[in-house]
Amino acid sequence: MAETAVVPTRRRSWAGWRFIGPFMAVFALVFLAPIGYSIYLSLFKNRLIGGNSFVGLDNYRQALHDPNFWSALGRVSLFLVVQVPIMLFLALLVALAIDSGRLYGKSFFRVTVFLPYAVPAVVATLMWGFMYGSQFGLIGSINDSLGTAIPDPLQPSWILAAIGNIVTWEFVGYNMLIFYSALRTVPGSLYESAEIDGAGELRIIRSIKLPAIRGALVIATIFSIIGSFQLFNEPAILQNLAPNAITTYFTPNYYAYSLSFAGQQYNYSATVAIIMGVITMVIAYVVQLRGTKER
Amino acid sequence: MVTTVRAPRRTPVRTPSRRRRDRPRGRKSVALTALTSLVVLYSLVPLAWLVINATKTQEGLFTSFGLWFDDGRFALWENLRTTVTYDDGIFLRWLGNTLLYVVAGAGGATLLAVLGGYGLAKFDFPGKRAVFAVVIGAVAVPGTALAVPTFLMFSKLGLTNTPWAVIIPSLICPFGLYLMWTYAAEAIPDELLEAARVDGAGEFRTFFRICVPLLAPGIVTTLLFSMVVTWNNYFLPLIMLKDPDWYPLILGLNAWNDQATTAGGQAVFNLVITGALLTILPLLAVFLLLQRYWQSGLAAGSVKQ
Repeated sequence: MAETAVVPTRRRSWAGWRFIGPFMAVFALVFLAPIGYSIYLSLFKNRLIGGNSFVGLDNYRQALHDPNFWSALGRVSLFLVVQVPIMLFLALLVALAIDSGRLYGKSFFRVTVFLPYAVPAVVATLMWGFMYGSQFGLIGSINDSLGTAIPDPLQPSWILAAIGNIVTWEFVGYNMLIFYSALRTVPGSLYESAEIDGAGELRIIRSIKLPAIRGALVIATIFSIIGSFQLFNEPAILQNLAPNAITTYFTPNYYAYSLSFAGQQYNYSATVAIIMGVITMVIAYVVQLRGTKER
Repeated sequence: MVTTVRAPRRTPVRTPSRRRRDRPRGRKSVALTALTSLVVLYSLVPLAWLVINATKTQEGLFTSFGLWFDDGRFALWENLRTTVTYDDGIFLRWLGNTLLYVVAGAGGATLLAVLGGYGLAKFDFPGKRAVFAVVIGAVAVPGTALAVPTFLMFSKLGLTNTPWAVIIPSLICPFGLYLMWTYAAEAIPDELLEAARVDGAGEFRTFFRICVPLLAPGIVTTLLFSMVVTWNNYFLPLIMLKDPDWYPLILGLNAWNDQATTAGGQAVFNLVITGALLTILPLLAVFLLLQRYWQSGLAAGSVKQ
């Protein structure tokens, strides 16, 4: 990325700020100021007696001893290590299949698998929630007519898998397209020489295609990590259908939301949000370092 | 002038697809097509479910099989009519709000991203590295880390429960900035800018007269992505808006869905489903019509790294 940044012939001047200035001004208002305010909030506590007072890192200490916070973090971490690999692997398989040129009607595949990405998360969750649900759900209908015993996806032990399925459905096509776009940049001559050398399809995938889309894999992984840690919409919407399975601290984001808008604990909520922001940044950074190191 | 200088594209990376389109490599495979069809099935079944169930009455939803039509009644037209007239036509009000947020939010976001991306790509200025680091770092911060303080700040400014509370935060689309940056770096040759400067054209004149036409495909892509983000935004309006009159569609649908579980509320699942269908149709249509653009957009996001 940095290579586009500096062209030596160009004069260094303030002129560029006239173009980036408006973006940065709004950015400062809606990103930087709230982050700063969040950090400020996290250092204070609002008590009934004594009012607003500076407490240093007390809120952070409280969060690190908060079983609800750890439970939420554990849940999204489990989600991350199970759902993300499944989704990315599926996306990769479809991208490789479409790129192989062996499919009938490949543009049909590309478009239809991508379509769910255009469906808002709320609508996707409502749809899947209805299909999962006991009222007029598909699962019930299928169990009735086929005599199968698929468990209720909205019970506490299955709810995370149910959410994983919704998220996979929404994003498999998006990731597929990222991989597919990267695959198309591989020069055709590479394949030709590989074929002349007698390399089979699997060998080509392993030695040419996968290394070629490494950057895309890293980007998709980072986006998925951020997405998993910020999980909110799906559990928030399903909460109505599965009130017993989804607690107020189901995910860190949901916990922060409940803390401020149900509990009015703005200071503690900001603390939880900041801790999650730092964890997300650190993990995304490590993935990027590891992913780009062995080029 | 534009057409003559446009020819030397510096980086060929962007258009490799043209050189390598569908080389006849290997035979078509029925087995592979069948396997991949499973994923297509997975993608389409929920959408099919939505279409089928939009034709059912509230009772029909409970009595008929989910993936087939209700034998007794075909209530699609009735559902559509009820959806747009229910509660004094609040659905149309929500649609109008959504359009307002999309036009103002996504339109503004695109303008800022185009200007900013061009500035980053074609100028060297003090603080450029910092701009990049700050924008990338901020993307990783979770929505709630921003949402709660933004809400508190906006409520002090008296902006909550007004359209501004939704529009202003929508004006920033970091992905759009990144997209326009990479796009502008390749689509606008430095020589062209030099020539314009030698001719004595001002920076903004050069930008609007010469660069904007060259950037057009990138602009459409950015607009498309920021539209989707704004159209689908749930969290931000959820915390900012209390008055249902300012709800966007997404929030309204969820409110209808919640009616079933609130005391004294009337269950209107048929309206939720029909409304959901109406909500996603414009987006699906835009995506299908503008395929070329979102594909090039994602390609830009994945290839450069």
